[in-house]
Amino acid sequence: MGLNPRGKLLLSLTTLLALLSVLGFMTLNVQSEWTFIVQYRGSRLLGMLLVAVTMGLATVVFQTITHNRILTPSLMGFDVLYVLVHALALLLWGTEFGASWPLELRFVFEVAVMVAIALLLFRWLFSDSVRGLHMLILLGMVGGLLFHELADLSLRVFDPSEFSIAQGSRLANFNRINLQLLWVGLAGVVLCGAVLFRLRRQLNVLSLGRDVAINLGVPYSKTVTLLMLVICVLVSISTALVGPMLFFGLLAANLAYWLTGSHQHRWTLPASVLAGVVCLVGGQVLFEHLLNTSLPLAMVIELCGGVLFIALLLRGVKQ
Amino acid sequence: MIETRGLSKKYQDRLVVDDVSVKISKGGLTSIIGPNGAGKSTLLSMISRLTSMSAGSAEIDGLDVTRTPGPELAKRLSILRQHNESTLRLTVRDLVAFGRFPHSAGRLTDQDQQHIDEAIHYLALDEYQHRHLDELSGGQRQRAYVAMVMCQDTDYVLLDEPLNNIDMHHAVGMMQLLRRAADEKGKTIVVVLHDINFASCYSDHIIAMCAGKLAYQGTSEQIIRSEVLSDIYQIPMQVHELAGQRICVYFR
Repeated sequence: MGLNPRGKLLLSLTTLLALLSVLGFMTLNVQSEWTFIVQYRGSRLLGMLLVAVTMGLATVVFQTITHNRILTPSLMGFDVLYVLVHALALLLWGTEFGASWPLELRFVFEVAVMVAIALLLFRWLFSDSVRGLHMLILLGMVGGLLFHELADLSLRVFDPSEFSIAQGSRLANFNRINLQLLWVGLAGVVLCGAVLFRLRRQLNVLSLGRDVAINLGVPYSKTVTLLMLVICVLVSISTALVGPMLFFGLLAANLAYWLTGSHQHRWTLPASVLAGVVCLVGGQVLFEHLLNTSLPLAMVIELCGGVLFIALLLRGVKQ
Repeated sequence: MIETRGLSKKYQDRLVVDDVSVKISKGGLTSIIGPNGAGKSTLLSMISRLTSMSAGSAEIDGLDVTRTPGPELAKRLSILRQHNESTLRLTVRDLVAFGRFPHSAGRLTDQDQQHIDEAIHYLALDEYQHRHLDELSGGQRQRAYVAMVMCQDTDYVLLDEPLNNIDMHHAVGMMQLLRRAADEKGKTIVVVLHDINFASCYSDHIIAMCAGKLAYQGTSEQIIRSEVLSDIYQIPMQVHELAGQRICVYFR
């Protein structure tokens, strides 16, 4: 079962656009040594690509296992949960025991804690009892706000100077990517990507719902737990690199559904990544080099995603 | 053979299925009947491992359903529940093709395509096969899901209230089809039914449940009797023989 001609055309165009964006980002307005450019722009590019991959994949997979196209890990507060764990972990890093840990190891530890908490929450939210979509959004919003405030509070108590930095980076910022975590992030993304590639056919079956998936022989709770773990790791990587983004995943995933017009993950997963790359890298090229504006890209993307969210909600209400 | 031993399901303090031991022999059509809340659907979903059991065990051809690997079981037993709503924009053919997943793990062979064609034809869905599910009527969509289960080509087919929300015309068509699947293809069909007369006219065996317990079981002739049915449903029921079919009258 391939893609229809419209999907093929749109997907090829998106691929082309994504490649052009990457090329433009690396080559436009070059005024200094190439080695410096490659290193400076290359690391930022890698950061943005990682964010595009993580948010796109995490959102599509999350929407598949929760059977809707509105909820995203960010809307359910997963990224703020990571921020909270990060804030609390500062306590540990302040002690003698923790201070010797390298940054990468700290990150891995924080992700592990976050995964454990998120899996427990997920068990509770999506257990046997069925909750309505709007109830879930509400819970996610409230939970997100709670984590947010708790993170603020703990930062303020434990580390006032860190708090002021964290305050400044409340919104994702692509000019201040946490470059120290690039390589561990890349490793995580490759690992998660490999898992999702292996499970792409199971994902198609999972989108039919729990009962049908079990009927067709997919080991449901094992697979969903593994996928949730992958989602948590992906969201943590993205949040650690640039900060929380509420609506970017929603935008990338829904663009992917629209572009491919397909339910098959071998198309929607790569399409979400490509759409994300066009939004992030293409947007950055557009703002930085073509429009010459200092408007923060993240804010504009969030605005677009937010409008899409409201549109999807309204459409859901109509149906 | 499907065999349960002391099967129970407890939600908090409420026993929904209470110590049910039953044998459903291979072949033929078995109906599960009983009032609302008798535990029929829960029994069916425990046998098909959709719901975890609180106590007891269920076996399909000697394979314990909780311990047998999912893919292995999916080649022997299929289950279709009442509510099948998907947010996906799938065509009928896409949906039916999913029925081959246990056999080909998503990589469709020519042989799989044949099975898909056959299932679509069996459910008379040929002209709709490239339509999207959300463009179909409730009855057609129900048939598409049954086609998926048929395409799975398992020895045991379990259906939870397949006649829900479909009109008489399609209900009769569905029951005839299930009867044919049992007679021609030698499948073992187990259905939860609310319409007692459909159970009477199409079943070989009937299992009656009441308040979570197994109340009666036997051949259609043994169960479709006024004293048995009056006891199950707690209303006076008369059974009349009309045109060779045993029909229950209970409306006034």
